[in-house]
Amino acid sequence: MAETLLAAHHLVVGYAGRSHMLARARPAAPVVKNVTLAIGHGEVVGIVGESGSGKTTLGRALLGLIKPVSGSVVFDGTEISSLDETAIRPLRRRMQMIFQDPMSSLNPRHSIRRILTAPLLLHAIARTQHEADRLASATLERVGLPLTVLQCYPHEISGGQRQRVGIARAVLLKPEFVLADEIVSGLDVSTQAQVLRLIGDLTREMGLSMAFISHDLSVVRAVCDRVLVMRHGEIAEEGACDAIFAAPRSPYTRTLIDAIPLPVPDPNWLGHPA
Amino acid sequence: MSAPLLTIEHLSAVSGRENGAPILRDVSLAVTPGEVHGLVGESGAGKTTIVRAILGMTPRTVRITSGAIRLSGQDLLSLEPKSLRRLLGAQVALIPQDPLTALNPSRRIEAQITDGLRMWKGCSAPEARRRALALLEEVHMSEPERVMRCYPHELSGGMRQRVLIAAAFALEPKLVVADEPTTALDVTVQKQILRLIRAMQARHGTGALFVTHNLAVVAQICESVTLLYQGKVMEQGSTADLLLNPRHAYAQALVRATPRYDLPDEGLVPVPEGILADCRAEIASFDRLANG
Repeated sequence: MAETLLAAHHLVVGYAGRSHMLARARPAAPVVKNVTLAIGHGEVVGIVGESGSGKTTLGRALLGLIKPVSGSVVFDGTEISSLDETAIRPLRRRMQMIFQDPMSSLNPRHSIRRILTAPLLLHAIARTQHEADRLASATLERVGLPLTVLQCYPHEISGGQRQRVGIARAVLLKPEFVLADEIVSGLDVSTQAQVLRLIGDLTREMGLSMAFISHDLSVVRAVCDRVLVMRHGEIAEEGACDAIFAAPRSPYTRTLIDAIPLPVPDPNWLGHPA
Repeated sequence: MSAPLLTIEHLSAVSGRENGAPILRDVSLAVTPGEVHGLVGESGAGKTTIVRAILGMTPRTVRITSGAIRLSGQDLLSLEPKSLRRLLGAQVALIPQDPLTALNPSRRIEAQITDGLRMWKGCSAPEARRRALALLEEVHMSEPERVMRCYPHELSGGMRQRVLIAAAFALEPKLVVADEPTTALDVTVQKQILRLIRAMQARHGTGALFVTHNLAVVAQICESVTLLYQGKVMEQGSTADLLLNPRHAYAQALVRATPRYDLPDEGLVPVPEGILADCRAEIASFDRLANG
């Protein structure tokens, strides 16, 4: 495996219960329990699991968006889980995120041009608006969008186009790590195929490391090198995609794989009518 | 083959706004009793417009210009609202996409299942309650007594979908319209729900129109299928033919775009722009013929 870029050691993450007037907030049951993982340079790792398995919480903790209860997250040699917001900010450029719903993650009052150029200026990658425009246009073309999109607002473009803007926004800053959380679950099949192709091309070209969170094992199979199967906040199984799909060791992984329908009629798949 | 239960004949619709853009273009399809027919297409294909037309819920923004929808031979589009309501209430049930918004958040599950039984079947309160319990057992709900007392927010997504399936089959409809019933669910729950719909439909001999964008789901639950693109039927026939021997280039491309965990190198080919351009050209020439 390539050298590790991002690692988590014995990570425990929970959300605090509500605090009362006299009692302090009691820690709620942890959502992520004792997870240890490593993502290498240029590696795409799938994180799969059902709703409530803790995959989104794990992803957020990997980016330092949630402080863990215990354990650590190390990004390129720096422990980020103990850093405060100002100390973590220089690292933000190097760790980006693509969200599930681009409609709610792109500011509806900003044009696509502003959405794409503001971070370039903020991180001083571009010194002038002109330079930022040039970089934004180049990235927009790379993700397969026409430049006319720059003048649009998020609601004026299609869902597939919005998701491409979300991808452009994430890769614009030339990050080393990108977290992609359920980025194709709202898309049509044909758009989904285009977006996944794009993700595959970009990670290869840029040598990006990626954590790809999804509940759809077929999609994970198509884009990931390795996969972690989460259940009840723990890793039920992990390994190379080929190995896991060929012969899952955990019965839970088997259940998940068996639950994915294939586009081929199989009279046995649903079983005999109960 | 038995006489069709639901037929849609040459249904066309346009936008009710000024431009009058076509939404449905001469759509015909048939559902026979005891059969599950898939209605497939990507967003904007017209699936929802068809479902709403069947249920008499066409919004003012859509105008149906021609065609007929027949349920057991009766044309739904020409019925008075009152007779339409009576016919639909007795013969058609909907399994909606979002199991949370479809249930009334402020009423207990019991009331939401027994309403229909009391209104349409004339059941007494104890009789309706007894039937509701039996239905919840039939959809494999554990602790049906407790579920009857629950409010929707106290149940998981999969449980809410089971309640809706129980409610849909409560009135022994002839036709069930399932509008993307598993899109919001986890894969393991999706499989349970599909198995349940299949079992209920087979046991009650109900015909079903199953709306989805997922060809893999179609493969497992539908006998026949209609594939739409921008309101026009692109291909129609048995599910096995559509998936294994698609004739139309768009159908072929859509099958190849569907990801497959068993063949990771085969699925996930984006629909080529050339094929979409051909589809648009086909539709444009259809529109010219229709208007000229």
